Amino acid sequence: MDAVLDNLGLFADGLAGTLTLFAWSAVGSTVLGTLLAVMRVAPSSAVRAFATTYVLGVRNTPLTVVFAFVVFGGPILGLAVGGDVELQYRVFAVIALTLYTSCFVCEALRGGIATVPVGQAEAARSLGLTFGQSLRHVVLPQAGRTVVPPLGSVLIAMAKNTSIAAAFGNRELISAMRTGIENRGDAVVAVLVATAIAYLLVTLGLSLVFSLVERKVAIAR
Amino acid sequence: MSAPTSVLYDLPGPRALRRNRLIGVLGVLAVLGVLGLLLQRMAAAGQLTAARWTPFLYTDIQNALLDGLLATLRVAVIGGALALVLGVVLAAGQLSDHRVLRWPSVAVVQLLRGLPLLLLIFALFLGSGGAISVFWSLVLGLVLYNGSVLAEVFRAGVLAVPSGQWEAASALGLRKTATMRFVLVPQAVRSMLPVIVAQLVVLLKDSALGFIVGYAELLRQGRIIGATYFNVIPSLIVVAAIYIAINLLLGWLATRLERRSRRVPGQRATERAEEDVASSATGG
Repeated sequence: MDAVLDNLGLFADGLAGTLTLFAWSAVGSTVLGTLLAVMRVAPSSAVRAFATTYVLGVRNTPLTVVFAFVVFGGPILGLAVGGDVELQYRVFAVIALTLYTSCFVCEALRGGIATVPVGQAEAARSLGLTFGQSLRHVVLPQAGRTVVPPLGSVLIAMAKNTSIAAAFGNRELISAMRTGIENRGDAVVAVLVATAIAYLLVTLGLSLVFSLVERKVAIAR
Repeated sequence: MSAPTSVLYDLPGPRALRRNRLIGVLGVLAVLGVLGLLLQRMAAAGQLTAARWTPFLYTDIQNALLDGLLATLRVAVIGGALALVLGVVLAAGQLSDHRVLRWPSVAVVQLLRGLPLLLLIFALFLGSGGAISVFWSLVLGLVLYNGSVLAEVFRAGVLAVPSGQWEAASALGLRKTATMRFVLVPQAVRSMLPVIVAQLVVLLKDSALGFIVGYAELLRQGRIIGATYFNVIPSLIVVAAIYIAINLLLGWLATRLERRSRRVPGQRATERAEEDVASSATGG
């Protein structure tokens, strides 16, 4: 137990790293995922085909390989933010997590739009609503509600996936755990349990937030 | 096209067609711009020259990649088989009438699903002080994580079987075990087959975590080749292509299995054909 208390600062730093990675990647993958979802229903077949190919390809690639592409291939292609090495790795990790998770966000959003009955949009159009109006007032409010649970599980999975960033130069919970074990080789189990509890706090906290949001937006249909 | 399009759009008129064509041209230009920039950067870094790609024609390199692939598949096959077993055991525990069995199963499943797989693998390796080898840490980590996810899948599948099935079985005088074995589980497995295969794809992808813990799998071999022949990006592209090909193959297999499992014994051939036509029409 004292092994954990001695290294409390280390764990707090690791938790902060995990949460930072999560926050930036959540924003990034929601934006890119929405863009991909829009591209997948675009009126141009070439744009649709590109988005479909991207999602199919990246979804079937292991996240570790995506990380390897960004972290090892990025510098070769001149991808750099300059200066701080630590910041560089953090940006790489956020890019990798965003590229990967946006595919799953795209699928969740597409699934949500697909659950809106066709009659809803037809009724909106027959009332004379324009494309934008029917999207804003009829389709998206209904799709948004069904999207919350799958989007939640996608983002919770991403929170767990931030652990892979540890192997690519990031300071977060897993790297904190490894440092902790190096410091206190006699208290491996205590350090492991502490790390597990920190992750459970993150994942259970997130699932609580999403179930609250789900209840908040729920309506009888 | 797929369902969302039909919700969002009416049949386009002449003006909409003109606009769509404009969006199409702009979209294609944007996509080509991104791809062009990527290729231009790769060319500038000398990653597109023949010298960076010819190593993949060497037998040594192909054998190294094959070794990596076999190592990946070994982890995935052993892990997948054991995960299915663990999934069945945990699902049975969760559905048990006895609290002694139910509560620990529920707790274990919820705990394991809330932890990152990498943490489980490290916990097995470091927690055992190296007594569990890297290979088995990876395999057992994959088994624990995916087994608990599969347990939830099996449980959901059994619960999703219409209650009339269970009622009919008890009306016939079957006990709980027999109801499970002959009535509920066969139907649950049938309906859950696509999800089960999808989870096995996840397991195969997650085996790439072996790269992080120092197991010589496919990505590791790719990295070694990349470092030897200075073709970092080409070797990563080859590795990614292999993963994508295997996973697409598994996905295709899942679709085949799903279509096959929807056939009811004794169903007339014409109905079957109609069903296939209908499913291929909506399956886009």
